[in-house]
Amino acid sequence: MTVTDVAPILRLSGVQMAFGGVQALRGVDFDVAQGERLAVLGPNGAGKTTLFNIIAGDFAPTVGKVWIGGRDVSTAPARLRPRLGVARTYQRTRLFSGLSVEDNLFLAIVGKEGGHLRLFRSKDDDELRRRARGAAGRVWLADKLSTVVDSLSHGEKRQLEVGMAMAVAPSLLMLDEPASGLSRGEREQLTEMLLGLEESVTLIVIEHDMDVALQVAERVIMMHDGLIVAEGTPDEIRANQMVHDIYLGSTFGNE
Amino acid sequence: MSDHRRPVLEITGLSSGYGQAKVLFDIDLTVGVEAVAVVGRNGMGKTTLCNTIMGLLPATAGSIKLDGVEVSGKKAYQVASAGAGYVPQGRRLFPSLSVDEHLEMLAKGTAGKRWTKDAVYGLFPRLTERRKVSGAALSGGEQQMLAIGRALLLNSRLIVMDEPSEGLAPTIVEQLVETCHTLVAEGHAVLLVEQNLSVATSVADRQLVMVSGRIETELTASELVNDADAQRRYLGVDSLKDGVS
Repeated sequence: MTVTDVAPILRLSGVQMAFGGVQALRGVDFDVAQGERLAVLGPNGAGKTTLFNIIAGDFAPTVGKVWIGGRDVSTAPARLRPRLGVARTYQRTRLFSGLSVEDNLFLAIVGKEGGHLRLFRSKDDDELRRRARGAAGRVWLADKLSTVVDSLSHGEKRQLEVGMAMAVAPSLLMLDEPASGLSRGEREQLTEMLLGLEESVTLIVIEHDMDVALQVAERVIMMHDGLIVAEGTPDEIRANQMVHDIYLGSTFGNE
Repeated sequence: MSDHRRPVLEITGLSSGYGQAKVLFDIDLTVGVEAVAVVGRNGMGKTTLCNTIMGLLPATAGSIKLDGVEVSGKKAYQVASAGAGYVPQGRRLFPSLSVDEHLEMLAKGTAGKRWTKDAVYGLFPRLTERRKVSGAALSGGEQQMLAIGRALLLNSRLIVMDEPSEGLAPTIVEQLVETCHTLVAEGHAVLLVEQNLSVATSVADRQLVMVSGRIETELTASELVNDADAQRRYLGVDSLKDGVS
């Protein structure tokens, strides 16, 4: 492998993952360049979330390697990922349900900064709090700062999760079905927000809403049964008959 | 009024909430053999409405009649046996039970009825491939298919679905829409909460718009689809944006 100035921020090589008898990934290879916007599509059970879990370090692959920023992180634990600039959301929200919106955002930022939780407020906290409140505004939760997560609606929790991932100014942002649970208006705003990400931010998004996915992505990977079965620009993917047959269908993928 | 004309679900003056927080205010809603969609922004009370109908959250006032029988104040399992199936948001599966075990639990007594285990497997072939896999090891979309299949197995008059399209691939969403049409054609009532507007309007002609715990208005599917202003007003985020400034 030659190192060039376009070394990928993420590289997967021969990645396989088995859970008991279920072979979720059967050998996945791809590179993602810094600043690239990639959508991962595929039928339910194709292995999309498993792929995310491996990149995010939740599992080590059974076989194969993962590099982030040129470092082999195949067996490095998830807690080290934030320092590599990786932030992700989950398909099912994972938030501190007893804490407020602002506190959740604050903790996300503290986690990234590698700081420690303190009993007493430090001067730095005010700055981090300010950033937390700014992050809430980006996901339209500015009027819910003191609302406890438990009393947010499902869609608001999703907004918060996206906000937490973005609050840490990640270099690799991974979103697992960010539009699900959002209303149409909120989906449009999410799309705008993703299109407005800084150029240096690399984005990988799993999304079943084609309005969102194909607008945001420059390149699309289509997975099926644990393998990448098609790859191309949004236009190439739209024109691909196999993608229609196994994934898009005739109605709801075509809008 | 003859029996077949009687509404499957008849709600009058329904209120509920969580402790001190009132969420639903004086809801009136009637569903016959038809599909009715409930749409609205996040946090407007759509899921609370479903949970109150299903007996998961007690009503603080009002009446809920299922096939003419009062079910308000009943426990969730009693509401289910009175004839309501539920596809809850977040699926609520048993992590340690397999696909087949989930369905087997409800398969007793379904012989000869429309929805049997085989019919569910026929609808979602992906679940057949995953019969032995535990709930925890299913993908999000597979869990959603199982939650839908489980509700169908009750063969109930009313089926309440809270964002059933969430996490489903487009081809499976198509099947979901077809299934809703089939349910209505076969004499069921479908109450659908859905954020995906094209799904909501493909399934149901009646679109109930919820705003702050009340049913603000009712539109037909084509009125809602063609009225960009109503979409912005009821489903958009403009008023939230104003708050952010």
